Amino acid sequence: MSVDVHAPFKKRVEQALSDPALGSAVERATRRMVAARAAAMAAVDGERLRNQTRQMKEYVLRHLPELLEELERNVKANGGHVHWAQDGEEANRIVREIALQASVKKVVKSKSMTTEEIHLNQALEATDIQVVETDLGEYIIQLAGELPSHIVAPVAHKRIEDISELFHEKLDIPSTLDPAALCAAARAALRREFFSADMGISGCNFAIAETGTVCIVTNEGNGRMVTSLPRVHVAVMGIEKLVPTVEDAILQLQALTRSATGQALSVYVSMTSGPRREDHPDGPDQFHLIILDNGRTKMLEEDYGEAMLCLRCGACLNICPVYRTVGGHAYGSTYSGPIGAVISPLLAPDKAQFKELPHASTLCSACRDVCPVKIDLPRLLLDLRADLVVEGAAPLPEKLAIRAFIKAASSRESFERAGKLASAASNALASLSGGNIHFLPPPLNAWTQSRDFPPFARTSFREWWQERMALRQRD
Amino acid sequence: MDKKTFATRPKRVALFATCMVDLIYPSVGIATTELLERQGLEVIFPLEQTCCGQPAFNAGYREEARELARRFLDVFGPMVETGQVDAVVAPSGSCVTMTSHFYPLLFQEAKQLELQRRAERLAAATFELTEFLVDVLGVKDMGARLEGRLTYHACCHLLRELGVDEQPQTLLAHVEGAELVALPDYDECCGFGGLFAVKNAPISTAMGQRKVVNLEKSGADRVALCDVSCMTHLNGLLSRQGVSCRAVHIAEVLNNQVGRLAPPEEPPAEEPEKPRRWQDVGAEQ
Repeated sequence: MSVDVHAPFKKRVEQALSDPALGSAVERATRRMVAARAAAMAAVDGERLRNQTRQMKEYVLRHLPELLEELERNVKANGGHVHWAQDGEEANRIVREIALQASVKKVVKSKSMTTEEIHLNQALEATDIQVVETDLGEYIIQLAGELPSHIVAPVAHKRIEDISELFHEKLDIPSTLDPAALCAAARAALRREFFSADMGISGCNFAIAETGTVCIVTNEGNGRMVTSLPRVHVAVMGIEKLVPTVEDAILQLQALTRSATGQALSVYVSMTSGPRREDHPDGPDQFHLIILDNGRTKMLEEDYGEAMLCLRCGACLNICPVYRTVGGHAYGSTYSGPIGAVISPLLAPDKAQFKELPHASTLCSACRDVCPVKIDLPRLLLDLRADLVVEGAAPLPEKLAIRAFIKAASSRESFERAGKLASAASNALASLSGGNIHFLPPPLNAWTQSRDFPPFARTSFREWWQERMALRQRD
Repeated sequence: MDKKTFATRPKRVALFATCMVDLIYPSVGIATTELLERQGLEVIFPLEQTCCGQPAFNAGYREEARELARRFLDVFGPMVETGQVDAVVAPSGSCVTMTSHFYPLLFQEAKQLELQRRAERLAAATFELTEFLVDVLGVKDMGARLEGRLTYHACCHLLRELGVDEQPQTLLAHVEGAELVALPDYDECCGFGGLFAVKNAPISTAMGQRKVVNLEKSGADRVALCDVSCMTHLNGLLSRQGVSCRAVHIAEVLNNQVGRLAPPEEPPAEEPEKPRRWQDVGAEQ
């Protein structure tokens, strides 16, 4: 059973938790990436790498308008086209228009979370353009009719056993657990698509402002095929995905690949600076760069610029005990894990659309400690929770309970009174089940459904203390 | 934020017991008091203290949390400012994180700069218990004894906000008679997370279950930790499932308050149905 990403949050969590295959797939994938990242960061001065990358990205955010204009100038100088898109709808419309003008029938894509964010595939398919995902993970979930569940490992929720079954059914190959055989089957199928595609669509891990270059980082080489074989290449990037110089690109590349997969360098780094020129033997005839806002400027204005430092490496997902427990689909958004819990509500027109996500964290801070740009994710989650309260998205019973709690804690007398009351009530409940409380009334039954709760003390610490002081004074 | 440094050994400390210890686990407060007194310190427990407000803050209720932050500052601030005490000590990494890290932010956000400055000053003199024992007093061996296999779970706020990790482990390493065993993923969150444990109970439980599995793998009879909140969550799971391992607060271990291991809690025996009165009547006849 898989997770229905359109179901309500509680339902999604329930589905995720009751799927043991999903649990073991996510556990395997994240454990591997956590260990690889730790080794790769230990092999260099990881702390310095993180500090430098953060400084560079902070510079980018402070100089965003100038850098974007510099990028635009240089892309144009290289013979490319630059399009600005306010939101997903506009970006999709631009891509459709480019496709229409170039009589595109088939699109091959390399992995891009930004195009997932704006649902570009659905928009193209609605106009009868065939879209083929060529990243192995994306290809698998496209065959399965699912969405990516991880920023860098889209198929983190599937075990090799599940993939084998899927390929057997969809590609008509014998069942096998040999990764090489599965890969070869996908490769054979994809090769045909590359050669017959009219347009290649890629994301952009980062663009270099000073050279007008779009960089994508892959391990399969599909990215290079997408950006060089078809007649038209369209790259889609969020406004924050850029670096000032080539030197900065090398820095970000280090931080990104070490944090994402624990590689010193990904197998491929594809750099595209415009369409093919007259002296080039191959390459696309047209190059288009779409620069997408889609809520990012709003994020900056709302003082959440910290979240815009993100490199989309996925390290926070891998380390997050919540992500590891429920996987990505339970978040019900393109972006999952701690960074997804922060940016999903911020990118949405209304934060309340994802109001459960900022609470889907224990604030354990493990994410902050692996982030290559040291984003203070727990702090951002706390800020979002505060926004949701101010914006009226918090449930009324919770509000009343918090008020009552504050009132009880606002004076010694009321605190002691509440303590006595809790002691009497909890001991009465505990006496029903011999020692510990096995049942609490709603909403606290959420605790006792799986856990006992101890009764409050009959003699509080403060009573012990006062008695002790009294005895001492008498002596 | 720099912690206060001491030119001479501190003499008097204020005990910030935390509301959970005060009302649910007084034995942890007693242990903390006695441990500090055995180090020759005078301990003062200001009776005006209540709760630090963390539940409200974590749920997003900033105004409400600020009320309790101001109150806490009124109770403990003057004690430090006037030199009545040299430090504030609490048996909790989480509550110290609230008062030390988040109070200054709360006041800064409300542009209450004087309160922010006072909160920062108080934060510099506020210590989690094991941090205070090891870093300030320079103690490693509290002279404790405990039978059985013991392990350590690092609570998140203590580890990642306060950066306290070696201190409790050093103290535990000196507990005589205890066999220290390693807990796999000892630094992974137990799944408590405050209101998270109720709001997202199924996830919280599943996360706690991983900890339970790791505790079983470790073979430990007891797992020591520095926060009673995480302790409540873990013991709630362990007791419900009839697993004999128990979480204990480190202060109780160090103060020799942890007794012999109790046999696993039996499910409550079905009470034999009492004879009805008319049956009694019949029996007498």
